[in-house]
Amino acid sequence: MTIKTGFERIRNSALWRSIFRSGEGSSNLHRAQAVQQNLLLHLFSVKIRSRALEFKPTWFLGALTLSTFFILVVTGILLMFYYHPSVPQAYADMKDLQFVVASGVFLRNLHRWAAHAMVFLAFAHMFKVFYRGAYRPPRQFNWVIGVFLLLLTLLLSYTGYLLPWDQLSYWAVTVGSNIAKAVPLMGDKMRFLLLGGHEVNANALLRFYVLHCVILPLAAVALIGVHFWRIRKDGGLYVPEKKS
Amino acid sequence: MSDEPKERAELQSDVRKNPRRIAFITRRTSPQVRTQDDARVMTYPTALLKFIVVLQVAFLALVWWSLTVNAPLEGIADPMHTPNPAKAPWYFLGLQDLLHYFPPMVAGVLIPGLVVAALIVIPYFNINIEGRSIWAKPAHRPWVMAAVPLFTVLIFLLFAIPQFTHGDGALPAVDRFLDLFVPIVPTLLVGGALLLSSRYSPQSPKPFQRWLAGKPLSFWIMTWFMVELIVLTAVGTFFRGPGWSWVLPWRSY
Ligand code: HEM
Repeated sequence: MTIKTGFERIRNSALWRSIFRSGEGSSNLHRAQAVQQNLLLHLFSVKIRSRALEFKPTWFLGALTLSTFFILVVTGILLMFYYHPSVPQAYADMKDLQFVVASGVFLRNLHRWAAHAMVFLAFAHMFKVFYRGAYRPPRQFNWVIGVFLLLLTLLLSYTGYLLPWDQLSYWAVTVGSNIAKAVPLMGDKMRFLLLGGHEVNANALLRFYVLHCVILPLAAVALIGVHFWRIRKDGGLYVPEKKS
Repeated sequence: MSDEPKERAELQSDVRKNPRRIAFITRRTSPQVRTQDDARVMTYPTALLKFIVVLQVAFLALVWWSLTVNAPLEGIADPMHTPNPAKAPWYFLGLQDLLHYFPPMVAGVLIPGLVVAALIVIPYFNINIEGRSIWAKPAHRPWVMAAVPLFTVLIFLLFAIPQFTHGDGALPAVDRFLDLFVPIVPTLLVGGALLLSSRYSPQSPKPFQRWLAGKPLSFWIMTWFMVELIVLTAVGTFFRGPGWSWVLPWRSY
């Protein structure tokens, strides 16, 4: 039995077919079904212009942004196993990651650097989309969704910044939240709502934790879903006309 | 160019299959319609595999980065000890640098609000959609030529006036000089390139000149924004020290 026939036997088994529905076979029909009949993949069209898959139009910046987001979700869930959003335990947990947890430093590094990379890549993706004119109709609304994704990315990163509860995070968030005071009329109220108090304190840590680990990621997943679905609805990725 | 009709009507007249259907294809606005004869590949497995390769590259790069550089961790948060300078995360340092020049109402609320609003409305302006070169209409030429220096002076005054009205007399002369002239550098660069592009012909044999000459207004505005963003962020990250004074990044303070 070769590896190939082995795979085919698995893909033809009753169990596999009950899960993935499209059975063995590599005809275009099967491959189309593999996309259509999969909850996640069916956001995308079955076929894609081969020019859109080249490096030149996108520099793969959207795909890279998505990659960092995946890495952040996985490392973030692992970090949640070791983290308590309370003062001063949060900081002690950072020290535990450093000295007690196996590969704790690596885990924290990966989450931290992936977060920085995601912010950078989302900006770069936005500029790339702009410079190749991919915001033009019919893609206007996907651009708008993109702007909100950028804001969500910044908020995710910003709320995560407080969680280590060290001097760096505390004062960075203090500087940021003081800006909210300048908003006319409701600035102080907004700041109070965000921090759960007049200062960055234990309540703020808890609020940032809930935002960072539940509300903002869910919002990001939802918007990324719409973003990808709109790519299909807007006629696939934009590639410039061929010069004839 | 100008006598090309702005819209074209196409008739689908197979009445048995479709009711009558008229499509208006606005010039240069619907890329989707024109590229349908392109070669296509299957999403599964070709595109999916490509994404997995991209994911692997990102993952390997980040693993390498995480193995070589440790995330910072300072002492436990202490509300009684304000570090000097207290800095926001790097992607907000452009904003924090603006806070050095303008009151929070302007730097923290008005400017970011305008930037977000401007980003959102980009695809809803015809001038952005058509993307015609800023030099396409000879009648507009003098206006553009005049607008660039005007805008430069405006940006200069914008940063200079708060310096002079509630200027920080305690800062050394070098700091005040840099505060005055660094924020204008991106405007000078991009404005200079814009004026330079007026001398190039869109038919020029040199690809770079041809490229620069064909750029629309939206290109110049976005590029100005991007350079300003990069410069302010870099200044805030590397060149600001205690009391938001200018420092050299390799000197410790
Ligand atoms: C969490 C952040 C984001 C993710 C994960 C993401 C992901 C993607 C991906 C994978 C694509 C496919 C093509 C490509 O790689 O360029 C794409 C396309 C696109 N993105 Fe994003 N994006 C994000 C943020 C943004 C932002 C900030 C904007 C603009 C403000 C934007 C606007 C667009 C548009 C208009 C397209 C369609 C381009 C076309 O049709 O060729 N996205 N996005």
